Amino acid sequence: MSQTLVEMPMEPAGVPRGRAMVERATWASRAFATYDIDSVRRIAHAAAIAGENHAREFAELAVQETGYGVVEHKVLKNVACSVGIWNTYESHDYVTPTIVEGDKIVEVPRAAGVIFALTPSTNPVATVYCKIMLALLTRNAIIISPHPFAKGVCARAAYVMRDAAVAAGAPDGVIQVVEQPSIPLINALMTDERVDVIVATGGSPMVRSAYRSGNPAIGVGPGNVPVLVEKSADLPAAAQSIVASKSFDNSILCTSESVLIVESAIASGFTVALAKAGAFLLSPEQVDVVRDLIFPMGHFDTAWVGKSALEIAAACDIKVPKGTLILVAPIDLVVPEEPLAQEKLCPLLAMVTVSSAARGIEAARAVLRNSGRGHSAAIHSQDARVTMDYASALPVLRVVVNVGNSLGSAGIQTALAPTMTIGTGFFGKSSVGENLQPKHLINRTLIAYNSNKSILMPDFTDLNPWSAPQGSVPAYPIASNLEGAPFIPQPSAPIEFAGTDDLREEIRRLVIEELRQIIKG
Amino acid sequence: MTRLIPIFAKWSAIWYGRSMSDQASVEAPYDYGVFSFASKSEVLDKAKAYWNPGKTQFWIDSGVPLVIDRREEYFIYDMSGKRLIDTHLNGGTYNLGHRNPEVVQAITTAMQHFDIGNHHFPALARTALAEAMISSAPTGLTKVIYGSGGGEAIDIAIKTARHATQKRKVVSITKAYHGHTGLAVGTGDERFSKLFLSDNPEDFPNVTFNDLEAMESALQNRDVAAVIMETIPATFGFPLPAPGYLPKVKELCERYDALYIADEVQTGLMRTGELWAITKEGIAPDIMVSGKGISGGLYPIACVLVAEHAAGWLTEDGFGHISTFGGAELGCVAAIKSLEICSRPETRSMVHYLSDFIGQGLRRIQADYPDWFTGIRQNGLVIGLEFNDPQGAKFVMRHLYENGVWAIFSTLDPRVLQYKPGLLLKPEIAEELLDRTEVSIGRAWAEVKSLRGPR
Ligand SMILES: Cc1ncc(COP(=O)(O)O)c(C=O)c1O
Repeated sequence: MSQTLVEMPMEPAGVPRGRAMVERATWASRAFATYDIDSVRRIAHAAAIAGENHAREFAELAVQETGYGVVEHKVLKNVACSVGIWNTYESHDYVTPTIVEGDKIVEVPRAAGVIFALTPSTNPVATVYCKIMLALLTRNAIIISPHPFAKGVCARAAYVMRDAAVAAGAPDGVIQVVEQPSIPLINALMTDERVDVIVATGGSPMVRSAYRSGNPAIGVGPGNVPVLVEKSADLPAAAQSIVASKSFDNSILCTSESVLIVESAIASGFTVALAKAGAFLLSPEQVDVVRDLIFPMGHFDTAWVGKSALEIAAACDIKVPKGTLILVAPIDLVVPEEPLAQEKLCPLLAMVTVSSAARGIEAARAVLRNSGRGHSAAIHSQDARVTMDYASALPVLRVVVNVGNSLGSAGIQTALAPTMTIGTGFFGKSSVGENLQPKHLINRTLIAYNSNKSILMPDFTDLNPWSAPQGSVPAYPIASNLEGAPFIPQPSAPIEFAGTDDLREEIRRLVIEELRQIIKG
Repeated sequence: MTRLIPIFAKWSAIWYGRSMSDQASVEAPYDYGVFSFASKSEVLDKAKAYWNPGKTQFWIDSGVPLVIDRREEYFIYDMSGKRLIDTHLNGGTYNLGHRNPEVVQAITTAMQHFDIGNHHFPALARTALAEAMISSAPTGLTKVIYGSGGGEAIDIAIKTARHATQKRKVVSITKAYHGHTGLAVGTGDERFSKLFLSDNPEDFPNVTFNDLEAMESALQNRDVAAVIMETIPATFGFPLPAPGYLPKVKELCERYDALYIADEVQTGLMRTGELWAITKEGIAPDIMVSGKGISGGLYPIACVLVAEHAAGWLTEDGFGHISTFGGAELGCVAAIKSLEICSRPETRSMVHYLSDFIGQGLRRIQADYPDWFTGIRQNGLVIGLEFNDPQGAKFVMRHLYENGVWAIFSTLDPRVLQYKPGLLLKPEIAEELLDRTEVSIGRAWAEVKSLRGPR
């Protein structure tokens, strides 16, 4: 008979190890926070290149591990979030002090410290890359807690960047990964007071608990993106970009279009253009079948996250042309009881027809009443007035125009900051309303002089408190009577407890159950 | 009879409620449940009366009248409430901090099921620890034998070497310290052996540390069972082995058919930034001893790890060494958990950071007192501070104590202060420790100068 120990109140499996990671990160961030800009650039560049080199490999692994998305599209995102982010910020400087001459103020950038980053299963590698790049550019240490569905590939991706960063001079422990994420462990780390900022990309419950943690948090909520096509739009171009965007990575980005709103005057012409671009328009009977499949009993079935239009059509016994990229489901009204007006995370686009642009704006507001406040919306229009009305009426913080929202709002096909983390601001109960970017991960110490004109500020030019690291950080502990290169033995293998495997398995099961409910991009 | 009152008060408080317990706190402000004291001076008086008058008086005279009460993390609190950062850690016993919560949890949980166990039988926790030990040990070590403390483990190591080689002599260095049990005491300073008529230089020759010629001449008659070496001699004040010295000693052992016993009681368990310091020397010892920290500071246990070629007696007569408490299963649980924590990559990284940080801080302080603070002997978090006075470390120890740090002088070289910060010391406490250290070294120097001055 197998004997088990009586359970004492104890920290759940993995928590002590997680706390040790935070402590290691604390040391790393203390060291990193004193690096100069040249060292930071060398490190960030090295990580970016390493990420790009593995972009395809990890795109494939991500699709394998999670079962969703499109390899080609993930490659694009992985590149955008490694060298893409590098290219955007390579000339920026979040390190060196700057002088505001007239105001007699000197600004000294200060790193946040330890970032605890939660990343989703939908954009696993791209989000990991993105957050690591932003952390490195700002001299922060980062602990990544990947979604359990994608933990394998996320850890590998993070380690590739880590190894490149450390080889380029980054301190040991600057990038760490929670290899066995669990809800108790995530809670413990979120509330650990040594964490300086939480950056949470994921489902609302997780984002809300990040805010409740007592630590500063940047959380971003889900999207539910309305896209308005009004009569001045270039219809073929609009159709092309909506279909491309909606089918991108099988629609698992939170920026993916959710409800298409078309002015009736152009509706028939536009549906033809949509069909040409690869959309399949469902009949009313087919809409019912698809609705029952994707939203059984009115609740989203996460099994369809990131599945292709062809897979969904096949599951519904609907014959569609071979090249079909998205399914378009006409619905009557955007109302709470219409499940198709919710976020769908698969290439299924709801469509309503409206009598005017003004009615379209009302419909878009209705979409956002379901969810997605603070997130993003798209419009296809040549009319500045309508665009202004749309943008100022909707509770979103980015409205992209004449471009697909998936990559438009993510800053990959617009001049918005490229990111996998869309700040939803006050509308979406987040502390950040912009796309996550380096400036959100630093503070500045301001040196301010007496504004009395007779008191002068001395010259601060070329005063730089930061410097390049001397050798590896930390130095290997060689005996103080030795000189030259140390002999470094193979470190002893960490002891693994056979006994905790069962517990771990049990926690894993619970987590997956729980996360099934809240999975979001 | 009066002694019973506080206990009675405590129990009656449980029965009768709060008012009695208030009364109890007047009777015995230091109430620990199964015993209590009215005051610190009562403890000191009774320690002299019933326990060890010599030791008790020594600390009073040294200006360190410490009776440790509360303890947590790297802090110990005197009965007066005074907080001290512990950098003595009993030679590494508290590597992971006092009452490390993970180890406490492991033992508390285990206590629902285990006790000391029966030392004659194969046992669950003993086997599990042995496997974990071997999997993280330097190459070549294959068997684990348990003792209840470091000294017993050293005795086991010596007995094992004698059995394997069928020779009797054990060579150690002058001022070695391997414990005070029957055989171990023979390897050490005669201060401790002569007192009990246990000196035996015939069987336990000493050679000067870092002197390879002396070592060779001690070994060349091929009548030596083993050389026993602390990887860094602790009680002698952490003199560092000269580069290449230990590997050469190992070579000499091989040449003259002696075994190499690595005493890793103080240097093991990540103290030097690797789990076992001996691996930094590139040595695979024949026998290795671990103690102190392996207990987690909570349940005494010590381990002897033996290479297969020296482990013959375990097959020939498994009852050859018997120890009721050696390998107590609760101790094994403490050891498994402690070993696991020490072996984490995070722990290794933090030790490297901390060594770097403390080393840099100490060198900064040293630059301010070049005539006083004359040397830093450091390998990871094994740190000895040398002062320019035969009793220098005793002055610094006292000032450190006054300034909230507990560090002890080296018994066999009181010029040197043993300074062993905890493996998991937080950066902000490390900063505080350096602040306090700087002040104390300065004040000790002022005192030494003023004592020297008038003459
Ligand atoms: C290096 C070394 N070996 C062995 C021992 C003996 O250990 P114990 O006191 O547990 O018998 C000690 C104790 O100080 C020691 O420092």
